[in-house]
Amino acid sequence: MITAGCDIGSLTAKAVILKDGKMLASEVILALAQPEKSAIEVMKRTVDKAGIKMEDIEYCVGTGYGRKHIPFMNSPESEIACHGRGAVWQVPSARTVVDIGGQDAKAIRVDEKGNVERYVYNDKCASGTGRFLEIIADSLDIKLDDMGAISGRSSEKLTLSNQCVVFAETEIISLVNEGKEIADIISALHQAVANRAASLARGILVEPDAVMTGGVAKNSGMFEALQKALGVKLHRVDNPQINGALGAALFAADKISGSRQ
Amino acid sequence: MFAAGCDVGSLTSKAVIMKDGKIIESVIIKSKARPWESADEVMGMALSRVGLTMTDIKRCVGTGYGRDKISFIHEAVSEIACHGKGARWLVPSVRTVIDIGGQDCKALRLDDKGNMMKFITNDKCASGTGRFLEVMAKVLNLSLDELGEMSARSKQPITFASACTVWAQADVIQHLNDKVPIEDIAAGVNNAMASRMSTLACNIGLEKDVCMTGGVAKNNGVVNALEKHLGIRIKRIRREDPQLAGAIGAALFAAEKANGGVI
Repeated sequence: MITAGCDIGSLTAKAVILKDGKMLASEVILALAQPEKSAIEVMKRTVDKAGIKMEDIEYCVGTGYGRKHIPFMNSPESEIACHGRGAVWQVPSARTVVDIGGQDAKAIRVDEKGNVERYVYNDKCASGTGRFLEIIADSLDIKLDDMGAISGRSSEKLTLSNQCVVFAETEIISLVNEGKEIADIISALHQAVANRAASLARGILVEPDAVMTGGVAKNSGMFEALQKALGVKLHRVDNPQINGALGAALFAADKISGSRQ
Repeated sequence: MFAAGCDVGSLTSKAVIMKDGKIIESVIIKSKARPWESADEVMGMALSRVGLTMTDIKRCVGTGYGRDKISFIHEAVSEIACHGKGARWLVPSVRTVIDIGGQDCKALRLDDKGNMMKFITNDKCASGTGRFLEVMAKVLNLSLDELGEMSARSKQPITFASACTVWAQADVIQHLNDKVPIEDIAAGVNNAMASRMSTLACNIGLEKDVCMTGGVAKNNGVVNALEKHLGIRIKRIRREDPQLAGAIGAALFAAEKANGGVI
């Protein structure tokens, strides 16, 4: 049985192909101008990587903000459900999922099967999302992917007093002008984003274990900061960015086995 | 008897000198890196224009976010109190004051004697503050004045999905790429400002008359949008520049105290 999940986010598009409960292939691409194009491109690459044909996929579930535009999917599923499902498949002890994406953040409480019990979502404020990191990386002229390593070299503890991205950007520029080390500034930034995400998560009562997903989880500095802010054991997953697509592919597998029963 | 008020804000610093209850001089400058430098400069300018020195000033009150750093003041008074005081002097019938600063916004309600009944401030989020307008003006490559005026010509103002300055900025860029008329974007920006401000104002309960203080009060596009949002007429301040309200309030507090309670 081969199923697929396709997650069309605001900044990236992800796809996962599963065969009999094992992951055959996954891909992440930068989102193209139209969600349809992103979906077709990312799925084509994943199919190629898996060494199968598009026709081999028995069922495909779409998710993410662009899910309605995925031309080849069989049914859509909410991002929340997919993230919960994917996280428990990756880390069976996970009961709280904190997902920080490029333009949103969510915290989800799940049962042992990955069913969603409660969730909370922020897409109204850029603080606490990946966009915060991106804007600061831009204004400091450093690469987003390097931020984790840079913050690892921090030696002095700084704290940002502003939570708003717009105000924090100004504050960070003043810190640079005061001669503060970039590593210390980035470390303070990670703590600020993590605090914001953790306070979102506390709204649904964080239950251990927690797992961090979404593209921002690839940043080791953010992972450490979030673990500290949450105060519970936080798990890493191998590829945090494809978690939603993985959940979608698992739902697709349910559909097939459900229809066969 | 001379009294003075000095309001050191995040973006601008203001000084007012009063003589026997009348404003004889006022100055507004862009704030410097350090609040005390702003205070020294703006007050120095005001004094020299009327040929006075600090020793001629019987009492001086400081306000604004940098008030504790001003070297020459006799006393620091909160912005809320000074804005309420200043607004009432500018518009004696005022009951609700909406003040939009460069990095914050506040709404306050006064009773018929000018006592503070209720107030609310936002300095945590750039949305609804002067900063929001500034960011948008920069993206649109307009001056703040142009941004305000332009919205009058709009037929179909855009709307924003979220109040967040960061997301709204991304929306504006998208609309520019989609070749949406710039006046429709400008009107959308002013409406977004108004909607955020009215949420704040409605929180403390709106009571007539309503007036606006702070630099944004000079922006007609925003004031008109806010009037529409609130469904209430906003009294225009004509007696002095509405941006001076805090400094005027500070000067009034100084004069009162110097005079044993009366101006």
